[in-house]
Amino acid sequence: MKTKLSAQLKSLALAGMAVGLLAGCATSGNPKDPIEGFNRAVFAFNEGLDAAIVKPVAKGYDTVLPSPIRTGVTNFFGNIEDVFIGVNNLLQGKIPQAFNDFGRVVINSTIGLLGVIDIASDAGLEKHDEDFGQTFGRWGVGNGAYVVVPVFGPRTVRDTVGLVLDVAADPVANHRPRRTRDLALVLRTINDRANLLPADKVVEEAALDKYSYMRDAYLQRRRNLIHDGNPPRESEAGIDGDMAPLAAPHDAIVEPRAAMEAPVEPVALQLARTETVAASQ
Amino acid sequence: MKYLFALLSSLLLALPAAAQEVSPDALIKTVTNEVLDIVRKDKDIQSGNTKKAIELVEGKVLPHFNFTRMTQLAMARDWRQANASQQKVLIDEFRTLLVRTYSKALTEYKNQSIDFKPYTAKAGETDVRVRTEIKQSGAGKNIELDYYLEKSTGGWKVYDIEVGGISLVTNYRESFASEVRNNGVDGLVKSLQAKNKSGEATSVKK
Repeated sequence: MKTKLSAQLKSLALAGMAVGLLAGCATSGNPKDPIEGFNRAVFAFNEGLDAAIVKPVAKGYDTVLPSPIRTGVTNFFGNIEDVFIGVNNLLQGKIPQAFNDFGRVVINSTIGLLGVIDIASDAGLEKHDEDFGQTFGRWGVGNGAYVVVPVFGPRTVRDTVGLVLDVAADPVANHRPRRTRDLALVLRTINDRANLLPADKVVEEAALDKYSYMRDAYLQRRRNLIHDGNPPRESEAGIDGDMAPLAAPHDAIVEPRAAMEAPVEPVALQLARTETVAASQ
Repeated sequence: MKYLFALLSSLLLALPAAAQEVSPDALIKTVTNEVLDIVRKDKDIQSGNTKKAIELVEGKVLPHFNFTRMTQLAMARDWRQANASQQKVLIDEFRTLLVRTYSKALTEYKNQSIDFKPYTAKAGETDVRVRTEIKQSGAGKNIELDYYLEKSTGGWKVYDIEVGGISLVTNYRESFASEVRNNGVDGLVKSLQAKNKSGEATSVKK
């Protein structure tokens, strides 16, 4: 059984790579995704891995465990994560947010019974979402190309570097003895996946092409996270038949706030691309 | 008596104004609460009856959406490449796709509550964002759910929805653009139609 599965995975990986090599020649010309052929292959591999192992286990987990227990598991890992989120908020110079995060840890680790109950949220200490990729983004590091990382999924070059640090700094991954660490990592992965099951169905319903839907959703989501929920609205120039603004220098279109944070999301780049597309037709 | 008269006359004065001028945040709040009340009571929708959810969305939500604007946003510059009849088909097909997606999301509703963020109207604004938040019962981070509305002669209309910062409309831009680049506007029409057909098949199966 085990060998059969690994053989299946192996052939899947090989097939994926073959597709990647073939598709590698035909790039779609999306500047955010220059290695689309490779990415699609890894995406197919990840989807295969998910369908073969992770999703079925997550589904079983979701059916077997009652909802309060799953919530407890989510909160437990969320509490550990809050330490790490607080550190990233410090690195981004968001001191009040960092205090909020550390306050959450103190409250939830004690009154919240080792983090199982998220009392801090009820007390008005909001949960944040930070990681090293976002910290770099705050510091002005651009996205870089979009990359689908095996097993971990969608990232950008910047977020892949962030991911390496995320893993290195992850309290769960650093936990010893290894046996409990492995158990904890598996439990966390399955629990996270189970939390995503409802979103799965919606994406299946929505996407024309799941690969690009996931890619664009990832890029939008990261952009939103880096700006803590308030990204500058992307330009809608060129929709109403008005060509004039596009002839102006790009900087003129970008809002002051966006211009200041241009390294985070080069709006101008995107405009430049739409222009080249239009020009080539 | 005097008080009653004052009350009545203020009501009379207020009524026609209120009928025309529902503020955007009030609109979102009313529609959200109305729809969720129905979903909470409807076991069929909760157990995944997409068809019933679609009926609900079509009746309660659709009238407040501007699908022409949504399709324009998703197609960006390719919109002008489409002729009038293609544009009409594109709006229809995109509407079907969005309605089905939205309805699917409703069937996944599991007693989360919606928090309406404070909204202050500025005079003369015609393009606004109304922010709400989905609170997961007991666990996890809240999910921001933002509505973008514009004022039209028929009142405020939603032209974009963002879930956790992901626009359900502009997320299609790249896939639409590459479809048009490779197979033209008709290619995009065909792929939307095919997608909607396959969606119909699965919702019948349910």
